Amino acid sequence: MKKYFPLIALALLSILPLIGLSTYMMHIVILVVMWSIIGMAWNLLGGYCGQVSFGHAAYFGVGAYTAGILYSKLGASPWWGVLLSIVVVTIFSFILGYVVLRLRGPFFALATLASGEVMRVTAENWVGFTGGTLGIMVHERTWVEKIWYYYIILLIAAVTYFLVKKLVESKLGYYFVAIREDQDAAESLGINTTLYKTIALCISGVLTGIAGAFYMNYMGYIDPHVVFALHDISIITIMIVMVGGVATYWGPFVGAVIMVFLAEWVRSIPGLGAAHQTLFGVLLIVIIIFLPNGIVGDYKKLKRLVGLGRTS
Amino acid sequence: MTAVQIEVFLQTLIAGLLLGGLYALIGLGMTLIMGVMKIINLAHGELMMVAMYIAYWMFVLFHIDPYLSVFIATPLLFFLGVAIQKFLINPVLKVESILPENQVILTVGIGMVLASLATMFFKSDYRSTPVSYATDAFYLSDYWKSSPIELSVSVPWSISFVIAVLITAALWFFLAKTDTGKSIRATAQDLDAALLMGVNVKLMRVATFGIGAGLVGAAGCLFIPIYYLFPALGGQFTLIAFVITILGGLGSTVGAIIGGLILGVFESMTATYIGMGWAPVGRFVIFVACLIFLPGGVASLLRKKRFGK
Repeated sequence: MKKYFPLIALALLSILPLIGLSTYMMHIVILVVMWSIIGMAWNLLGGYCGQVSFGHAAYFGVGAYTAGILYSKLGASPWWGVLLSIVVVTIFSFILGYVVLRLRGPFFALATLASGEVMRVTAENWVGFTGGTLGIMVHERTWVEKIWYYYIILLIAAVTYFLVKKLVESKLGYYFVAIREDQDAAESLGINTTLYKTIALCISGVLTGIAGAFYMNYMGYIDPHVVFALHDISIITIMIVMVGGVATYWGPFVGAVIMVFLAEWVRSIPGLGAAHQTLFGVLLIVIIIFLPNGIVGDYKKLKRLVGLGRTS
Repeated sequence: MTAVQIEVFLQTLIAGLLLGGLYALIGLGMTLIMGVMKIINLAHGELMMVAMYIAYWMFVLFHIDPYLSVFIATPLLFFLGVAIQKFLINPVLKVESILPENQVILTVGIGMVLASLATMFFKSDYRSTPVSYATDAFYLSDYWKSSPIELSVSVPWSISFVIAVLITAALWFFLAKTDTGKSIRATAQDLDAALLMGVNVKLMRVATFGIGAGLVGAAGCLFIPIYYLFPALGGQFTLIAFVITILGGLGSTVGAIIGGLILGVFESMTATYIGMGWAPVGRFVIFVACLIFLPGGVASLLRKKRFGK
């Protein structure tokens, strides 16, 4: 039964639009699926390989700008950007990885944070190429109906899920975990840590980049502050995985559901709009102190805590 | 080079050095925390933002000069740092988790809370303290009549720089000469050995976080007369502090000072010769160059020289 759980979940998700959700609800569901892709991508690098990245906005933004620039400069459909972003982001991740993967732990974290910020500043200042702070706008939408976007992102999510699962269960996955647990020990066992860290970074970056290119198509507008945002992309990505569960298959999905709905809910309360980051910050602090492995990772502990609450 | 070019160059250099002195103060707090705690405090810039708001409100409500606020904001920030360390970071150090970076992510959470609380309470307006001497400057021609070139140094910038140097000197005295300072250095060098020598490591950690927060608080008070204030300013200064720490060598105090000066000069050069908007990219370039060519930072150069003799 457990073996078929992903397929059942996929089937349930694919009939979800048939129950007649409003356009707004469809939008939320699409965002949830998109964020769970980014979460899964981050989880591969951060959760399994132990390289906590604070700069996934860089890959997201590069993916989005690949699609955007393809459209604004060459006039091609931004959907080609989804494919092209695979190539572009691979090269980008490889170059970035060459620099940032020299660092470990917290230093890696901050170097990636800086890389995201630098991409934002570059996109803002390189007006001739990126359109600067004006951003890029796609003038004709492919579909008005959101359902097609939903199926496309669901397909990408399904592929991502199975790819991450296959990778983690393969020899590569064991290398990743070995690097996370002790990089020096992994190296002394003959694992080429630099190579495998680069592989993890590239795959993680490409998956995020695809999500970025999809975002360009779906939203129809990007600017440097949206796609290279530190708090609204990079940190949210980390929160999704931290809340859902680090190094679990379903953690990013659970995290994305909680975070997206929470964000929408807080934003809808009048006068509390600006508070959503306070709430996120508090949630992050609470999760780290009480459920360091997230809701899925610490499910037993959570159940026990809730159980205790009931009996007493 | 013509006289004008020399003038521009020297002026940029002076501005860079003045900025660098202030940067060094921000970097010092971070490098201390990193040395003792082995974690990066990603809420560093946000702590500075808090101090700047304290100085701002002191100025607006009680007309206290921002430079005098150093004596108010620094102790307040010290206690804020102590509280963060005691009630938030220490509990996390005990929790078992998959990712060792949990503490770093925790500081991100703290920073987010501080920044968004500031947005809620003070709105995201840009604020500044209009002190009466804000636009005053020293001119070289006032002191040297026949000078071939004209240089000017802004009064608030120089006061900030001098105070930053004084605080740095006081910190050096504290770390080098007092018992507490020596215990902090011992904890940074070898935690277990310090524990065996009877150093109260737990207390030192709390004190270090407090001092680090206090230093950045002082830096905030020195920055506000020459800069403007808005709730989201923290992130950029966290990044600056981190680049200085890498540039100076992890946990090295002298390195942080030199790193701050290098970054200040480099940034002001980028701003003059390439363009204002590119200064953050310049930061990253120097950061990457440092990682590739000088992974140990300035501290490794200093060490090499000392042992080479």
